[in-house]
Amino acid sequence: MSLTRRRFLGWIGAAGASTVLGSSADASSTVHFKGYADSFAILHDITLCVGCRACETACNKVNELPPPDLPFKDLTVLNQKRRTTAKAFTVVNRFENAKTGSLSPAVFVKKQCNHCLEPACASACFVKAFKKTPEGAVSYDHSVCVGCRYCMVACPFEIPSYEYDNAFSPRVMKCTMCHPRILQGQLPGCVEACPKEAISFGKRKDILNIARERIKKHPERYLDHIYGETEMGGTSWLYISGVPFEQIGMREDLGITPAPELTSGALGAVPIVVGLWPVLLTGIYAISQRKEKVSAEEQALAVAEAVEKTQALAKQKLTGELEKAKKDALKDKDSAIKQAVKKALDDAAAAIVKQEASNV
Amino acid sequence: MSEKTLSVNKTLLTPFNIFAGIVLVIGFFITVLRFTKGLGAVTNLSDNNPWGLWIGFDLLCGVSLAAGGFVTSAAVYIFGMKRYHSAVRPAILTGFLGYALVVFALNYDVGRPWRLPYPFIIQQGTTSLLFEVGACVALYLTVLFIEFTPAVLEWLGLKKARNLVVRLTMLLTIFGVVLSTLHQSSLGALYLIAPSKLHPLWYSTYLPVYFFVSSIIAGLSMVLFESTLSHHYFEDKMDETHLKENTGVTLGFGKAASLVLAGYFTIKIVGLAISNNWHYLTTGYGAWFLLELLGFVALPCFLYAVGVRDKNVKLIRWTALLTVLGIVLNRLNISLIAFNWQLPSSERYFPHWMEIMVSVFIVVVGILVFRFIVTKMPILYEHPDYKGNH
Repeated sequence: MSLTRRRFLGWIGAAGASTVLGSSADASSTVHFKGYADSFAILHDITLCVGCRACETACNKVNELPPPDLPFKDLTVLNQKRRTTAKAFTVVNRFENAKTGSLSPAVFVKKQCNHCLEPACASACFVKAFKKTPEGAVSYDHSVCVGCRYCMVACPFEIPSYEYDNAFSPRVMKCTMCHPRILQGQLPGCVEACPKEAISFGKRKDILNIARERIKKHPERYLDHIYGETEMGGTSWLYISGVPFEQIGMREDLGITPAPELTSGALGAVPIVVGLWPVLLTGIYAISQRKEKVSAEEQALAVAEAVEKTQALAKQKLTGELEKAKKDALKDKDSAIKQAVKKALDDAAAAIVKQEASNV
Repeated sequence: MSEKTLSVNKTLLTPFNIFAGIVLVIGFFITVLRFTKGLGAVTNLSDNNPWGLWIGFDLLCGVSLAAGGFVTSAAVYIFGMKRYHSAVRPAILTGFLGYALVVFALNYDVGRPWRLPYPFIIQQGTTSLLFEVGACVALYLTVLFIEFTPAVLEWLGLKKARNLVVRLTMLLTIFGVVLSTLHQSSLGALYLIAPSKLHPLWYSTYLPVYFFVSSIIAGLSMVLFESTLSHHYFEDKMDETHLKENTGVTLGFGKAASLVLAGYFTIKIVGLAISNNWHYLTTGYGAWFLLELLGFVALPCFLYAVGVRDKNVKLIRWTALLTVLGIVLNRLNISLIAFNWQLPSSERYFPHWMEIMVSVFIVVVGILVFRFIVTKMPILYEHPDYKGNH
């Protein structure tokens, strides 16, 4: 395999174009989506939560989920860190208080779908089963779901769960923000059930103001951070806390980039590849074909030249030989004549000598 | 070799056949279990680990190792390397079988496989990289099928249809390269959405480029690896051209693989530098990352180069195996080992034995179908009626 200049240039072109895939440029990304106007949000004031699990009970009832293994009144489940499952759309976890370094007073945090403004699950779903509704809820349509579980891979909050034990109609399961109840003018189950008003429901812009005001009024009670205001581009569940979120199981390293932007660069490369690859490949094909044609022509030319040269040489040789032969023939003729003349003279001389002798 | 002599004697009870038979029976029972009791009965998948071995190995490794089809046909038909023509058919066949098995395996993994056409006929989730993967894999499987049909048509003696398909070669090759570029890279891009779950040493905005470039390496190495196996078991099926061209193919592909590996190594280092992830190299994950990068990228790059310089066919073949293992390691790292690294070890995933058996079952099915086809159809030799006619 010889590397010619042309072929090398072809490869360089291919390598250069493929780097397009790595860029994350997106012409439309200068517009920041701040969520639907008038959409709802829920504030979880972590400092008010007492870990009574009333929200879990209400959620179970409203969503008609199967009864839990241990009754909701049993608070020993708090000894383990739990996540949302197909049977529990919301869970309360207990954490050590960073201020006292012990469980008194413990910090309780409710966990459920955060209903992102630009949801990773919706962006990842290849059959559009997830939708961000104008009311704020991220809804899921099990009637189209294929069960690829890419939504679960994509979710930065580790929320969606799957009915692995259902063979014929498994569904992705997660909090619905009680979207059907919101549409009927009712409060979400957990909000209604909370005895401590640790969860408040309202328009997202009002909820944000409430959170800001509480932080402003009680700087000794709260950290100056509304979790969910910007995390992953913003969510419809918002949290305020007296201890760092990182210490109560909420990641602070997620960044503020909405999930869809993470893949927009790769998706944007698709039409570019579709448009340019055939041109590039046909070009390389044409070059390799032409190279072959040229080399064939050059070969033919070289052969023709060689033939001509050989012929010329042969001709030259032939003429040379002919001349030599002619020369030789002439020489032969000369010598023959000379010889004949000599012989004739000799004969004549001999004859004279003979005659003279006879005359004597 | 023993395989060869036994197949001449028409004995079916070879060690491989017995092994394959057992795997098929176990595979059948697990299949029944999977589709009657659900994913939970046969897998260790969980809410935190929704993708396991069937995605990490069957899908990611399957697709990248089946890249030989597009790499070889591009080299021969587009780049004009006609000396490698005899390598095209086996590569296309491996590619076709590889993709067919990937789609077959997906039926085990997704919750409701009968809905797999939904993304195309019901609602198109075009914002999803998985949609792109699905669309390209479906289209490319079709392309590979058409590219493969000349062998079947020659076997069946349908001359006119065969010649018609052969005339489409260029178009199909270009289409195949476009589709392969897209879905090979998209498989890497699938993980772009989860920067918080994939270890920073493996997460990179260049993931799609890494997957595409490494798929070329995988394709070249698989052609070499598979030709080694074919030489061992099906040498009697190979014609003079195939045998004569084989050393050239081995040296040429080895050289190309060495070059692409060098490029891949460079861009991996570039990615490391751009994300400024050097400090992770001193951690446990860093050691693992270095093992992958030095042992399975830099080393084969070097060994291929030495093999080509010394015309050492044996070394090149062993290097091909090393490279293939390296690609498998890379895909498993991204999908399983470095994925969810933030979770405590008690919540991490390890495949259930039945998941492993299903993967083995699928590989065995692939080998059996491959064997059936190369012993029946003109793959490793040219059909006498069409000699030199391409």
